[in-house]
Amino acid sequence: MKVWVWADVTPDGPAPSALELLTKARDLGDEVAAVALGPGAKASTDALGEHGAQTVYASDDEVFTKHLAQPAVHALAGLVEEHQPDLILFPASYDARDVAGRLQARTGSTLMANATDVLSPDKARTEILGGTKIVDVELKGPAPKLVLIRPQSFAAEPSGGTAEVVEVKADAPDDLKKAERLERHEEEASGPRLEDAKVVVAGGRGLGGPDAFEQLEKLAAAIGNAAVGASRAAVDAGWVPYSFQIGQTGKTVKPEVYICAGISGALQHMVGMKGAKRIVAITKDPDAPILKIADLGVVGDLFKVVPALTEEIEKRRAGS
Amino acid sequence: MNVVVLTKWVPEPEGTPTLGDDGLLVREGADGALDPGDEYGLEAALQLVEAAGDGEITLLTMGPEVAHAALQRGLAMGAHKGVRITDDSLRGADSLVTARVLAAAIGRQEFDLVVGGVESTDGYTGTVSAAIAELLGLPSLTFARKLEVADGSLKAERQTAAGYDVVTAPIPALVTVTAGATEPRYPSLKGVMAAKSKPVEMLSVSDLGLSSEDTTATQKVAEVSDAPPKQGGETIDADDTTPARIADLLAEAKVI
Repeated sequence: MKVWVWADVTPDGPAPSALELLTKARDLGDEVAAVALGPGAKASTDALGEHGAQTVYASDDEVFTKHLAQPAVHALAGLVEEHQPDLILFPASYDARDVAGRLQARTGSTLMANATDVLSPDKARTEILGGTKIVDVELKGPAPKLVLIRPQSFAAEPSGGTAEVVEVKADAPDDLKKAERLERHEEEASGPRLEDAKVVVAGGRGLGGPDAFEQLEKLAAAIGNAAVGASRAAVDAGWVPYSFQIGQTGKTVKPEVYICAGISGALQHMVGMKGAKRIVAITKDPDAPILKIADLGVVGDLFKVVPALTEEIEKRRAGS
Repeated sequence: MNVVVLTKWVPEPEGTPTLGDDGLLVREGADGALDPGDEYGLEAALQLVEAAGDGEITLLTMGPEVAHAALQRGLAMGAHKGVRITDDSLRGADSLVTARVLAAAIGRQEFDLVVGGVESTDGYTGTVSAAIAELLGLPSLTFARKLEVADGSLKAERQTAAGYDVVTAPIPALVTVTAGATEPRYPSLKGVMAAKSKPVEMLSVSDLGLSSEDTTATQKVAEVSDAPPKQGGETIDADDTTPARIADLLAEAKVI
C-alpha cells in the first residue's frame, strides 16, 4: 500500500502538518513517501525521513512558490502517474487545498475534505455540525484517494528513519505559470503563535468593536505564553486581521486552556477550538451554545470579568 | 466584463441542520438561503462589472427546486440572469461531480471571470472552485480580498496563515472571494421586483453533455454517530468570586 503525504515546506523547514501526516501515513501503508516542492524542500528531507518518509520527491525550485498551484499540480500529477500511490494525505492549508482540488480534476479521484482521521486507505472520518456528529465516509473510485486533513489531527512522532531523496523536475509549461505571487506580507501578532500557545484568549462579536481586543491582549500578557485569537464574526467585521481567526475557516488550536469572551459558539468556530484541554467561556447569553462545551461557563459582563481576571492574575504573580 | 458567479443554496446558516437516513443533509422542506459566503463573491462581481461599465453577471447554481430562492436573492442584488442545473442523478453529488457539472455549464458561455466563495457554509469542502479552474484550464486566485481588474489582469490580496500575498493572473481566470472582502449590498425593493422577470435557464445533466459516469459520486457515508458529549462542565453567573475561580482553573492547568 503506497501512502503519500503532501508536505508544505518553507526555507525554515517542513510545516508541522507534514510531520503529523507522515506519522499517520506509517500506520496506513508500507511504502510511505512525501512530496515537497519549493524552496526549503531539500532542507526538509531529514525531518520528513525521521517521521516516516522512505522517499521524498523534492524540488527547491522557486517556480513552485512564485506561481500558484498549477506548476505544483503538474509535477504532482506526473509523479502520481509514474508511481501510482493508493492514497495521498494533504494538510488543510490554503495552497494544499488548491493543489488537491486541481489534482482531483486531473485524476478523477475522490477527495475528502476536513477529515479528522483516516481509518483505512479507503475510509476516512470527519466531524460535522460543529463536532457533534462523527461521520465515516467510504472512499471509492480510481486511485489515488485524496484526503485533506484538519490541522493537529495527529501528534507527530519521529520513527527515526532516513529518506531517499528523488529530484522532481520543475518543467511546467508557461501556460501553467499565469497566476503569480508578487509580494508576501506578514501581519502576525507578537507573542507565541496561536497554534503553539499554552493559553488562547479569543474574542467574538460580543466585544462590540476593535478596542475591546486590548482587554484580551492585556489578559494574555498577564497570563504569559498566551495568544489572542478571534471568531469569524470579529474578523469579518474587520476588528482584527484574518490571521487571528480560529475555526473551520481559520486556525485549529488545542491549548491547555481556551478562554473566550463574547463568542456564542457558532459551529464554524467550535470546530477550531473544541480540542482544547480546558475551556472557559465568558458570555452574557445564558443560552449560548459555547456553554455546552465549556468546562467553566461564566454568564456575565465580559467588560467586568476580563479586567478583573487580569488583575487577579497579576496579583497572584506579584504574590508568588 | 462578463462574470459567472457560483452560488449555492444552503440550509439556514443559523438553524440546526438535520441529517437524513442516508447521512446526507436534509434539504427538502428546510429553511434556507443563498449561502452568505457567496454574497461576497457576488458583491465583488457587481463592483467589477459596474467599474467596467458594461457586461453581465450570470449566477450559476446546482440544486433542487429550493435552490431557486438562492438565485432570486442574487438576481435581486443585481445579477442579470441565472442558470440552475437540476437532475435527480445529482442528489448526493460529491465535490468532483459538482465541479464537473459547474465547469460544463460555465463552458457554454463567454466569460472573463468566474467568481465563487472560498467554501460553502454547509459543506466547507473548499476545493470545488480549484477543480473547476483545472477542468476549464484557468489560472485561479483563491482566498482573495481587495480585487481589481486592470489591463486585462486580475490583482488581489490572497489570505495566508501569516497575513496576505499580493497575487495576479491574466483574465480569463477564476477567483474565490473571502468574507470581509466587501460588504454585500442589501437588495432594494426595486431589485426584488426586477428579479422576478430576469431569465433563469434550467439545465439537466444531459443538456451539459455529461455521462452517468461523470456524475457518479465517489464517496458514500458509511456511518454517522454522535460525538461523546462533554462531561463535567459547569455554568455560573458572574460575581466577585469569578476571577478567582478562573484563575484557579489556570493554576490547575499549570499555565500561571
